[in-house]
Amino acid sequence: MRHFVAVAVLALAATGLARADDVGQVKVAKGTVHVERDGQRLPAAVGMRIRQSDTLITGADGSAGVTFSDNSLLSTGPNSVLVVEHYAFNSTTHAGTFDASLKKGTLAVVSGKIVKQSPGAMRVRTPAAVMGVRGTEFLVQVDEPAK
Amino acid sequence: MGALIVALVGTIVVLLAPNRLGDELVVLVPSTDGHVGAVVVERSRQKTVLNQAYAASRIVDGGAPQVEQLSAGDVRTEFALVLSALPGRPKSFLVYFLEATDEFTEESRIEFNKIMAELRERGDPDVVVIGHTDRVGNDQYNDRLSLQRAERVRGELVSLGIPEPRIRIAGRGERELLIATDDEVPEPRNRRVEINVR
Repeated sequence: MRHFVAVAVLALAATGLARADDVGQVKVAKGTVHVERDGQRLPAAVGMRIRQSDTLITGADGSAGVTFSDNSLLSTGPNSVLVVEHYAFNSTTHAGTFDASLKKGTLAVVSGKIVKQSPGAMRVRTPAAVMGVRGTEFLVQVDEPAK
Repeated sequence: MGALIVALVGTIVVLLAPNRLGDELVVLVPSTDGHVGAVVVERSRQKTVLNQAYAASRIVDGGAPQVEQLSAGDVRTEFALVLSALPGRPKSFLVYFLEATDEFTEESRIEFNKIMAELRERGDPDVVVIGHTDRVGNDQYNDRLSLQRAERVRGELVSLGIPEPRIRIAGRGERELLIATDDEVPEPRNRRVEINVR
């Protein structure tokens, strides 16, 4: 038995690429895509882990898709700025909260287990409004203000 | 006098401030299985519920949200780029095992090929493999067997080209039965491994 526990622990260690504060993963990155984290601008590629407080930024030629740990899917189109404001998910109880904020651009949302467990536990903010998500799929577009 | 100046300055600032809100649009779309959910759009404490396919809420010049009905075609065209960037939907598969072994049943061999095709379609798949057993044997034996089954599946996935660090495994023993049975009852449907792909 001890041997099998050791194997399980090793197996977990081997997947150590995933950290406890990773909340999602970039699955699609086309054109120019960056993640702003702790004041740094990091180029985003497929496989990159997303954390709470990250800002996903796409250029004029860019689009990106992220799968979150509760199976929520988010994607942004060109010229978009999306902030993962707050994310919490308990994989045992499926309780959690998800607050995202689209500053500009386009966003597609497919809600996951958080919303399935507690409708309304996911909110998407825009400069003018806040969306309470009861499920499951919707699109958002925020134009830049007229100058 | 001071208050008057503050009020005057305030008025001028408001008058000079450009319209800082761009137009916004929210559209509810059906999911891939046709299900239509709901989104509540809230602006200045006013709530609008969207619960019809392609129902939309539009905010123009920072005004109140106006509800309108869009067509599927227009929405698919307008949002084509962002829709094409959505990651693949998470999927779950089951493979079954011969009693007391980590050998696949013949049907599961075939199922396995489908799973591989699915995995190859995804750029950088994340796989969670969870092994289960039926209730024949004690807990310790079944914990071991379920992990062994999960390891077997991981081995197959790795040999077919999925990078090992992308696969997490766990054995749940007889804790999560698909079919509830009494202890020591052989049940083929409980001898399974779940393969969650995303």
